[in-house]
Amino acid sequence: MILILEQTLNGLQLGVMLFLMAAGLTLVFGIMNLVNLAHGALYMVGAYLTTWCFQASGSFVFAVLFGLVGTLAAGVFTELVALRTLYERDHLDQVLATFGLILFFNEIIAMVFGRAALYSSIPEYLSGHVQLTQTLRYPFYRLVIIGIGFGVALLLWYVVSRTRIGMLIRAGASNRTMVAALGINIRLLYTIVFGVGAALAGLAGLLSGPIYAVQPGMGELILIQVFVVIVIGGIGSIRGAFAGALIVGMVDTMGRAFLKPTLATVLTPTAAETVGPALASMLIYLLMAVVLAFRPEGLFPSRGA
Amino acid sequence: MSARTSVLLALLALLAAVPPLAAYFNQPFYLDLLRRVMIFAIAAVSLNLILGYGGLVSFGHAAYLGIGAYAVGILTHHGIHNGWLQWGVAIGASALVALAIGAISVRTSGIYFIMITLAFTQMLYYLGISLAEYGGDDGMRVPVRSQFSGLVDLNDGATFYYVVLGILAASMYLVHRLVNSRFGLVLQAARSNEARTRAIGYSPYPYRLVAFVIAGGLCGIAGALLVNHTAYLTPEFMNWTRSGELMFMVILGGIATTAGPLFGTTALLLIEDLLQGWSLLPKWVHEHWQLYLGVFLVLVVLFAKRGLAGLLPGGKDGSDG
Repeated sequence: MILILEQTLNGLQLGVMLFLMAAGLTLVFGIMNLVNLAHGALYMVGAYLTTWCFQASGSFVFAVLFGLVGTLAAGVFTELVALRTLYERDHLDQVLATFGLILFFNEIIAMVFGRAALYSSIPEYLSGHVQLTQTLRYPFYRLVIIGIGFGVALLLWYVVSRTRIGMLIRAGASNRTMVAALGINIRLLYTIVFGVGAALAGLAGLLSGPIYAVQPGMGELILIQVFVVIVIGGIGSIRGAFAGALIVGMVDTMGRAFLKPTLATVLTPTAAETVGPALASMLIYLLMAVVLAFRPEGLFPSRGA
Repeated sequence: MSARTSVLLALLALLAAVPPLAAYFNQPFYLDLLRRVMIFAIAAVSLNLILGYGGLVSFGHAAYLGIGAYAVGILTHHGIHNGWLQWGVAIGASALVALAIGAISVRTSGIYFIMITLAFTQMLYYLGISLAEYGGDDGMRVPVRSQFSGLVDLNDGATFYYVVLGILAASMYLVHRLVNSRFGLVLQAARSNEARTRAIGYSPYPYRLVAFVIAGGLCGIAGALLVNHTAYLTPEFMNWTRSGELMFMVILGGIATTAGPLFGTTALLLIEDLLQGWSLLPKWVHEHWQLYLGVFLVLVVLFAKRGLAGLLPGGKDGSDG
């Protein structure tokens, strides 16, 4: 029972992390119709900038701000220099060009910080454990991540559905030409959305730094899971990204924790030992295939496009 | 004869002349390098069938390279060295997996298709990692090359080279004939306008699925050749970056052209090789060669859409040439 509660929290934590990534990716796709593989690179940039700045300055809050602003700047710069010309191109060009950007970013990071994983720490006041029940002590930092994730989700929901800029975003997603014809500077809107998406990816990266390894290429591991999230949720929909992220986070965590012991009750222990981990790492892809077989547009198809 | 065809024939003739030249100048390295180039060219030719002519942007083509390699590797691991059987299983298994993946993914289109093919390949990649008996994460050595009942001896470098060259030429011819057949015309029609294709009475789905399966099987052969070439296999054969590289080979060479995949593969692998080891380049280039490759990739996509084959006259834009 305790284990289930603990794994649920782990699943939530992975879920909100995936959501932070997926929100930016799905917005960029929904509005600009751009497949951005380099989103994972921004996640990596966020993690590196914050880790480096925290070591250099000693202030975690400053390091987080530095990471956020840095990724936002990196995102806006990439958009202005390379991606802007890609909006009118087909998906194939977008995939290849952003694939090239991944190679570029990974090597830049390796050039500056080296290929070895960076040690990333958290400040005193975020470390330690919280006594949740009598027997369950859970890391405080992970609870903070869950809190931040839900906070960002709430904020995004408010911005997208209740503010003027959110209205423009939704309008841009359903009919770009019309929005531009009404006198809205659509290019500026694109740059803003891309920058915010980049900052969210940076946030996910800098939060994950102390939990996972900070190394070149770290973004691609999570990127592919994020693809699964937005395909399950429905591309272009924030609501879908949120639901998809939590589902994928849960399924992946639960699969890794419980699939092997469950299989061991049906199969021989050795068979479960082999099949369990294999199946656990394939689980979210199987889930995606099943979802698509019944709902080819994902669970929450976006109304635009 | 168009310029493209002459350049293609000249390139093939040049490739055929490599073994005696390499032996004469005592440079076996080039034999090795070009054999690798041709093996990847076979994979690129197969991808070009669906990506170029079919408009199916598969971001998971490395899967079949891996399946072909694993089919040969696993049989060798269990002491079965018969090449006919090994390569047959490699083709059959790749085609079967392509059928299963294609049946689901060809129903979708656009970005969904890209991501589904990527996800399925990722799934197979993790499956490869979890196969502890066959090396798991590290992969395993495949020390014995496929044996063809004494007919051809792959242990001889030059013989193996000509086998690869022969299969490459055959697969280019096969794809060329396919796309100019009635089947290929429907496939290309569905790419340029699906609604009109339906209106004249063709459902694109079976045509696309068959093309997807043929491409999978053909890439399976490339996988079988690759594992014979490297003498080891790892799940990295199915890494998603490998799929991206294959796509880039097709684009760089010139999408939907017969010769494009060979041009693109040759150019990309030679550039990679030069960036990594050419002694005229400074060491900092060698160390961070992927940086320059990345920039090159972005520039090609942004400014040289028609690829290397597009530089040569001959062939209509977007059709065979």
